[in-house]
Amino acid sequence: MAQLIDDDPRIIEFDVRTDEMLVNMGPQHPSTHGVLRLVLRTDGEIVSEVEPHIGYLHRCAEKIGENLTARQWIPYTDRMDYLAAMNMNLGWSLAVEKLMQYQVSERARHLRVLIAEMGRIASHLVGMGAYGLDLGTFSPFLYAFREREKILDLFEEACGARLTYSYITVGGLTADLPPGWLRKCEDFLDQFEPIIKEYHALLTTNAIFVKRTANIGVMSPELAIEYGCSGPVLRGSGVDQDMRRDGESIYTAMYDGYAFEVAVMKNGHYPRDHQYPPVPADAVIGDCWHRFFVRMLEVVQSMDLVRQSIDRYSACKGPLGEPVKLTEKIPAGDAYLETECPKGQMGFYLVSDGSAIPWRVRARSSSFSNLAVTHELCRGCLIADVPAIVGSLDIVMGEIDR
Amino acid sequence: MADFLINTVGLPEWLAWTITALVAAALILNVIAGGALVFIWAERKIAARIQDRLGPTRTGGRFGWLQSLADGIKLLAKEDLMPEGADGMLFRLAPYISFCASFCAFIALPFAFDFVGQRLNVGVFFVVAVLGLEVFGVILAGYASASKWSLFGSMREAAQVVSYEVPLGMCVVVPVMLAGSMDLVTIAEKQSGWLSSWYLFHDPFTFVIFWVYVTCAVASVNRAPFDLAEAESELVAGFHTEYSGLRWSFFFMAEYGSMFLVSALAAVLFLGGWNGPIPVATLLGLSEGTGDTANYFVRLIGCGNLLLKATLGVLLMMWVRWTLPRLRIDQVMTTCLKYCTPIAAAMFAGAMLWQLAFPGGVVRGISRPAGEIREGWLEGPGGLSAGRGAVGAKPTAIPSAATGTPVVPTLESSIESRDVVKVGS
Repeated sequence: MAQLIDDDPRIIEFDVRTDEMLVNMGPQHPSTHGVLRLVLRTDGEIVSEVEPHIGYLHRCAEKIGENLTARQWIPYTDRMDYLAAMNMNLGWSLAVEKLMQYQVSERARHLRVLIAEMGRIASHLVGMGAYGLDLGTFSPFLYAFREREKILDLFEEACGARLTYSYITVGGLTADLPPGWLRKCEDFLDQFEPIIKEYHALLTTNAIFVKRTANIGVMSPELAIEYGCSGPVLRGSGVDQDMRRDGESIYTAMYDGYAFEVAVMKNGHYPRDHQYPPVPADAVIGDCWHRFFVRMLEVVQSMDLVRQSIDRYSACKGPLGEPVKLTEKIPAGDAYLETECPKGQMGFYLVSDGSAIPWRVRARSSSFSNLAVTHELCRGCLIADVPAIVGSLDIVMGEIDR
Repeated sequence: MADFLINTVGLPEWLAWTITALVAAALILNVIAGGALVFIWAERKIAARIQDRLGPTRTGGRFGWLQSLADGIKLLAKEDLMPEGADGMLFRLAPYISFCASFCAFIALPFAFDFVGQRLNVGVFFVVAVLGLEVFGVILAGYASASKWSLFGSMREAAQVVSYEVPLGMCVVVPVMLAGSMDLVTIAEKQSGWLSSWYLFHDPFTFVIFWVYVTCAVASVNRAPFDLAEAESELVAGFHTEYSGLRWSFFFMAEYGSMFLVSALAAVLFLGGWNGPIPVATLLGLSEGTGDTANYFVRLIGCGNLLLKATLGVLLMMWVRWTLPRLRIDQVMTTCLKYCTPIAAAMFAGAMLWQLAFPGGVVRGISRPAGEIREGWLEGPGGLSAGRGAVGAKPTAIPSAATGTPVVPTLESSIESRDVVKVGS
């Protein structure tokens, strides 16, 4: 090919030929969400190929899990998706409980819903704010962090930690909520709800934001399914799937009696979309804008779920129940369970030989699959679109590398 | 000041001129460098307030007002890094080119009537042209850094700034046309009087073109949402990725200098320059002809006016920066070529037709005719007899629009009357 170009007399005549350039975006780059390394093959501003390289944050978490008891491994799940550690704890706990056929108390169940949905709000706030950062606006990031800070304060009060909670654990939760916590939580929701309008003004409907995200990185439902995408990335493409509704019974039983609509576009409408700004004309289902908007909707959805769970939790007068012993023996066999984490479907698999320590532990990361689709989405886009696309996938490297 | 040195102190002429020039240069440099420090501090405080934070609170007392100075000292003490494979000479040269270009343009910028480094009869042209030189520093920085991100940043900057010079030039031409002069002092002087005589309110076309100018000015000084050359989420830090310490701070100073410059230019071209919204001085009976002290006082107020307007412009840019996301390079180009340039061209034509239709202004008495000249400062076609002696001269109004003769100072006369350097006198 190169020979051909060299021999082409017209090209020699003008002597204008562009070369491809190989650029490393990351692992030390402001917009790669941690330590992701993207190798870009560019022709000027146009990216012809993107290759994600991972592994900079690998900590052998799964191997460690095979040397610890199930409950001891909970803190390691914290460090997977460190922005939604509560949901990680929940996923592992439920997987172990599935194998143990353990049923948590009703009170613990509602508390788990409450905590997990609060965790989802916190995670989506970071995803949303960081996405603004990827597009070059700094302020929404700090607004989102301001709100997240209040959630972290609540979590800190509940379990003592602000990032790595280990709160939800096998057999329930490590402790009940302190008195007055629910009041504070409701105060937060009341205060946060009207503020969501501001995020819509600053990001969702902002003309520049729409220009940067609408019709960028369009992912067809088929492509999303092919790559195993999940969570808001999948729902952004219009695939109606949410593990909280479609998952295994041990997980969906947790949400039994809760009313929520999956945030996905059906017949050209999002659930309750009259409350939100209209979808811009340029936006195509499956583009960055829709992925972002699904997250925004899920924040509201989670707030709704939190309110419901507060009512149910306070109605439950029974005991919370103690978590299982630290060295509780797990029955022989294997179990796999996927839960709906903020980033997507997080699956935990364990094989037990009957001892307290699992024989094999494996985590299926949603961000991993979501990241894998990058090279399809980034083909032929501009350099500025690469952070826009990767940001819209909302990945966390701790979860990908484990 | 030169007169004073020659006549009273008795220095030889060349020495007097050199000293005068140095003093003026030092004054401008310090005013602008000090201004940059203040603006950097202001930006931090404003950004913080916009983002629900406090910003610097400790350095230098309550409001952290010494923060930028402390930062400057820190930058001085930093290790001076140069990447391997960088083109050493160009790498070192680049920040100074940017810096010089930005600061050089201040020479022709009048702060008040006669408060100008060097009054040029092609002031507008000079400022825009010299400001455009800043891009050379950026391109050199990107090229010499031996970093791909820097190269991307500088190529973006080159494409962007060169494109935006076109609509920017068109916007700038409109006040020039209205005033019939490229001299910034003349342009500002013709907007004296009430708020309504500002070129912003001259006709609907100038009003629109002012906003086009704002857009282009923001783009040409590389501020958000057009800060593609240093887009941190895409290009790490763009053209100054590899710079550290003092050299980096020179880029920074150049950026803030340019921001102030385009804002001041907007103030001079569209917002009446040093003329306040209400001609307080004139109402009080003070004017340039009243006497030395009053004269000086009026100019000082004018200087404050201009600084205030320019600062407001800078604050606007900061506000925009901390609110909006960044555009993509193709969208930046689209904005320039598909919107700004045609709009500017149409508005230019419109303003021209308006001039033709209403040469005396729409409402007589309130809005001044474009060609009318303020009394007392202009004598003869050279228009540069504004030295000490001429200030007190009898007011003579020359309504040039009525006679139809544009008053354009000639080059010779501007060179002859060197004693307009009165900043230090």
